[in-house]
Amino acid sequence: MLLLIQYTLIFSSVLILVALGGCFSEHSGVINIGLEGIMVIGALGGALTMKYLPVGTNAFIVIVLVVLASMLLGMIFSLFLGVAAIKFNADQTLIGTAMNLLAPAVAVVLVRAINMSESLDNVSSTIAYGKIKKAFIMNFGKFEFSWFMLLAFLALVGAYVVLYKTRFGLRLMACGEHPQAADSVGINVYKMRYAGVLISGALGGLGGLVYITAGVSEWKFENGVAGFGFLALAVMIFGQWRPINIGLAALLFGLFRALSNVYTGFDALVALNIPSTVYNMFPYIISLIVLIFVSGKSRAPKAEGIPYDKGQR
Amino acid sequence: MKKEGILRNSGFQTILGSLLCILLGLIIGYIVLLIINPAGAGQAILAILKNFLYYPSVPAAMKYFGTTLVKASALLMCSLSVLFAWKVGLFNIGAAGQFVVGSGAALYFALALNCPWFVCLIAAVIVAAILGGISGALKAYFNVNEVISCIMLNWISLYSVNMILTSVKAESTPYTKSLSSTNKGALLPNMGLDKLFTNNELVTVGVIFAIVIAILIWVLLEKTKLGFELKATGMNKQAAKYCGMREKYNIILTMMIAGGLAGFGAGIFYLTGIEEWMVQQTSVPAMGFNGIAASFLGGAHPIGAIFSSYFIQHITGGGTYVDKTMYCSQISDLISAVIIYLCGFVLFFKMWLNRMLDKRDEKRKGGEA
Repeated sequence: MLLLIQYTLIFSSVLILVALGGCFSEHSGVINIGLEGIMVIGALGGALTMKYLPVGTNAFIVIVLVVLASMLLGMIFSLFLGVAAIKFNADQTLIGTAMNLLAPAVAVVLVRAINMSESLDNVSSTIAYGKIKKAFIMNFGKFEFSWFMLLAFLALVGAYVVLYKTRFGLRLMACGEHPQAADSVGINVYKMRYAGVLISGALGGLGGLVYITAGVSEWKFENGVAGFGFLALAVMIFGQWRPINIGLAALLFGLFRALSNVYTGFDALVALNIPSTVYNMFPYIISLIVLIFVSGKSRAPKAEGIPYDKGQR
Repeated sequence: MKKEGILRNSGFQTILGSLLCILLGLIIGYIVLLIINPAGAGQAILAILKNFLYYPSVPAAMKYFGTTLVKASALLMCSLSVLFAWKVGLFNIGAAGQFVVGSGAALYFALALNCPWFVCLIAAVIVAAILGGISGALKAYFNVNEVISCIMLNWISLYSVNMILTSVKAESTPYTKSLSSTNKGALLPNMGLDKLFTNNELVTVGVIFAIVIAILIWVLLEKTKLGFELKATGMNKQAAKYCGMREKYNIILTMMIAGGLAGFGAGIFYLTGIEEWMVQQTSVPAMGFNGIAASFLGGAHPIGAIFSSYFIQHITGGGTYVDKTMYCSQISDLISAVIIYLCGFVLFFKMWLNRMLDKRDEKRKGGEA
């Protein structure tokens, strides 16, 4: 049971971070389908940092460096979306999809090149970081507390405060609802949209890092992040683009994702004799069903996905 | 004067844009290769571009050309699936999942039910069309974003197909039984095409089907009332409804056709016996995603898709010929991803080109006056 809570919390943390990322980007008016790719790149940055940090490094420094690396790479990669969508008015869905394809390809090519340069026989796309990963975890009895859970919670509170209580957040949301109106009162829509995309890059990158450290100590980059970026988008829609609701939605989805990892520990579930594949499918099925119920009265930012053209004011 | 006419032509601009995307994509790929290992970069990029020409003897090259064609024809179907939905304003990222269930249906009907090839092919189309239809119905009736529902369905399909095909798995390997040993009747007929490609038995009537369907899709979209209605729905749902079109029905129909196309692609791929299904796959096959690349590279035009699908498959296949001691074959995935990314800029490129032409014309007029 403790294990289930632990996994639920850690997977929810991933979903919270990434969904908040999507939330910032969409509130500024840019649809970020590329979150999946951003997660992969963020994970790559974190994994490489962990790989090259010496094992004895102070835990606090490890956390700071690894988190910063993944956030930074996520932000850099999100600029691919930002520049294309904001400066060049490109189709945001197409660009996001391209990013989702690009990220795993980049990661695999890079990781393989690194692995091969270390030993010619190692053609895998796996990075191992078992020892250094311990820096993120504190044990309370049997419960493994990960600092990422705290980080996700702080991000949630932070997002709420920023979006609803600061001038920046309210302006950001104005750009997603009615950019022309925002512009007419002197808000720089382009800058705000870049800010939204960059924040989503940072949160998405961090989410990717949390995902690859959840329960495993190595990651095969050929697998990408298995649709988690899209699950996060479903969480965001379920949470109606509001941070608190996103947090609750993430807990629900995290629970179903965790079940597929730990269901063998519950006699009742094992007795049902459902193949493990079905548990793997659960989060996706649930999210489809949830989407059916909540998409009808969607509160999506009104101007999302539409490139802002100053001339159309 | 005449030259200017060509430059102004939208179709020509699209082709120019696509060629630029390819060129830039290859240059970026080359730079990445240079960074990884400067020694073999030139050779590697040539290997990617050459693909089957890597073999010096003509018969061998022809044989591998045939195999590339088979894969390209499946890719063409996926790209038609994406572009058909795109023309109606829907982004069918679910081509990958529709391809997966199509494969599952084709192989299950062939291996478990021992059906002849045309039954398997029809089964693949129907099952994939239903899957596409689900996304369409969710969009039409519940306003569920089709991109997200498609992704969810991709994963659900992958796990389901793995589960179903486990029943026809060969012993001791994670692959399904081969068609040639279990049910020869499920293999697509060669119709003598294999003779053209040095007895490559993989080249079947499927290749011709794919090209014919590409042309049919073009006719459907451009020359029929249904195509017009579908496109009108894509441009403005409300306006279409106002004009008396059944917009919900149109959306579902579009996704069903798109799904069916991807399923057909799966059929003509797996029913050649080119590959067996690996029942422990943990990632959705790339075919559907590459279809997105091919359809946008082809300027979202069915005839353009024929060439772009071939090109994407050509470089993807070429990736396997790079020197494995230095690089990995995924470099071609990287190049095709860069190409799709750049395709996002084609519209901007066209605008820019038109503005440049306008400026030039103005200057010329100024000179005359």
